[in-house]
Amino acid sequence: MLCRINAYAQTERPDSSRNTFSLYQPVSTTDSTGYQTKPLRVDEVNLVSSYYLQDGNHSAVTGGIGTEHVTDLSNGINVKMIWTGPGQHKNTLDAGLGFDNHTSASQAYVNKSGASSPSGTRIYPSLDWTSENEKKGTSFGLGTYVSSEYNYKSLGADLHFSFKTPNKMGEFGAKFQGYFDQVTMIYPSELVPGNTTVTTGGVTIVTTASGRTSSLSSGSRGYKESIPTSPRNTYSGSFSYSQIINSRLQIMLLADVVTQNGYLGLPFHRVYFNTGKDTIEHLPSTRFKLPVGIRANYFLGDRIIIRTYYRYYTDDWGTHANTVNLEVPVKISPFFSIAPFYRYYDQTAAKYFAPYEGHLATDTYYTSNYEYAQFHSNFFGAGIRLSPPKGVAGWQSLHELELRYGHYQQTTGLVSDVISLSLGFK
Amino acid sequence: MSKHILKLLMILVICGGASSCVQVREYQKNKLNDAEMTLSNRKVEKNELNFQSYREAASGANAGKTGGGCGCN
Repeated sequence: MLCRINAYAQTERPDSSRNTFSLYQPVSTTDSTGYQTKPLRVDEVNLVSSYYLQDGNHSAVTGGIGTEHVTDLSNGINVKMIWTGPGQHKNTLDAGLGFDNHTSASQAYVNKSGASSPSGTRIYPSLDWTSENEKKGTSFGLGTYVSSEYNYKSLGADLHFSFKTPNKMGEFGAKFQGYFDQVTMIYPSELVPGNTTVTTGGVTIVTTASGRTSSLSSGSRGYKESIPTSPRNTYSGSFSYSQIINSRLQIMLLADVVTQNGYLGLPFHRVYFNTGKDTIEHLPSTRFKLPVGIRANYFLGDRIIIRTYYRYYTDDWGTHANTVNLEVPVKISPFFSIAPFYRYYDQTAAKYFAPYEGHLATDTYYTSNYEYAQFHSNFFGAGIRLSPPKGVAGWQSLHELELRYGHYQQTTGLVSDVISLSLGFK
Repeated sequence: MSKHILKLLMILVICGGASSCVQVREYQKNKLNDAEMTLSNRKVEKNELNFQSYREAASGANAGKTGGGCGCN
């Protein structure tokens, strides 16, 4: 009986049986080739909110010592719209908008007196279009992404495609991404360069003691103020191959090839040499990363699913890392599951890392950011998922609710807690 | 050590994939089509993955973003 209910819950039902809210009533039309087209409609809306709380004592802003207390409230919405065009191509438009609000105790110490603002916001819209030929098992799409916060701007774009093997048991996917970021050059207060005035090509640039620059072009009426920025570019190719092994097991192989260039440190991260003198973190202007991973999901019996993931990572800054993730959702009923999870992570230190007062003044590159230290971490917790056929709490449109809590601890002493809620509407 | 783990995993995947793949018909895919069986991250994990990528040197190979955003704090 349970199996039958389970099978019913897992069977894809025709669109007509869903209670959807549409931009306008979908009306199918038939084109001259006999194909049916369906107008644009909202298929799904997802809301994800998280609260993150962190503590530690190795802030990069204060040179590898000092509080790492952070809180972050993150909210995001994704609206997925679909339509079927000529030739039976299913088109999906996914529009997202995220908004984060954080407080960071160490951020206040960009100014040595602790007077800088400890809070900030980030806003990040995204748009992705995918066209899928279900008959051929192919898809093609484009995406774009923007992220803006006070000291960091990012603009990204991607191109992605996939195709299935002739027997539909395997699928290859590729995604090529480019991110073009601008790092605002905000220095620690005691390391801000003094006032300078430079005139080049009819433009006079005055850099004040606070790091702010003012420029005046000959012929213009006023000054244009700005803080200088430095570019950081990221290019990546992401490749995946998924394979159905049998009716209970499927796997996916993943690999990324990532190259970065530009300003890869942060200008307000201090480093203290063994002489006690402080300076600004200095890192190479290029980085090459190579992560490879595998996922394997297995349905054990009728109630238990075993979700596994392993990743090996290496880069040319000398870091090697392993990540192992295990999650075991248990179906209490076909529409309610509890999923405990555990993640183990370890990494070797980057060759440019040393702790507070650990660097020599003769070092070419130096950082005391514990992101690059040697450590291992444990992350564990549990989630619940509700997806009743009549909607969560009887609300037909709310088809899915997920709530998840996790506790994270690093051997550097950093600990954090994160609680997330995801609501899916159809 | 990690090289050995990686090699072992690759051998297991190749051997397992080559020897035990069976044709699964659409009507046999009810377990594979379960929402918990998807070979991707959960939507509710999105912000967890963000903070991990900011606190750890490694990132990628999880069908997520590979750049963008500061994570400065």
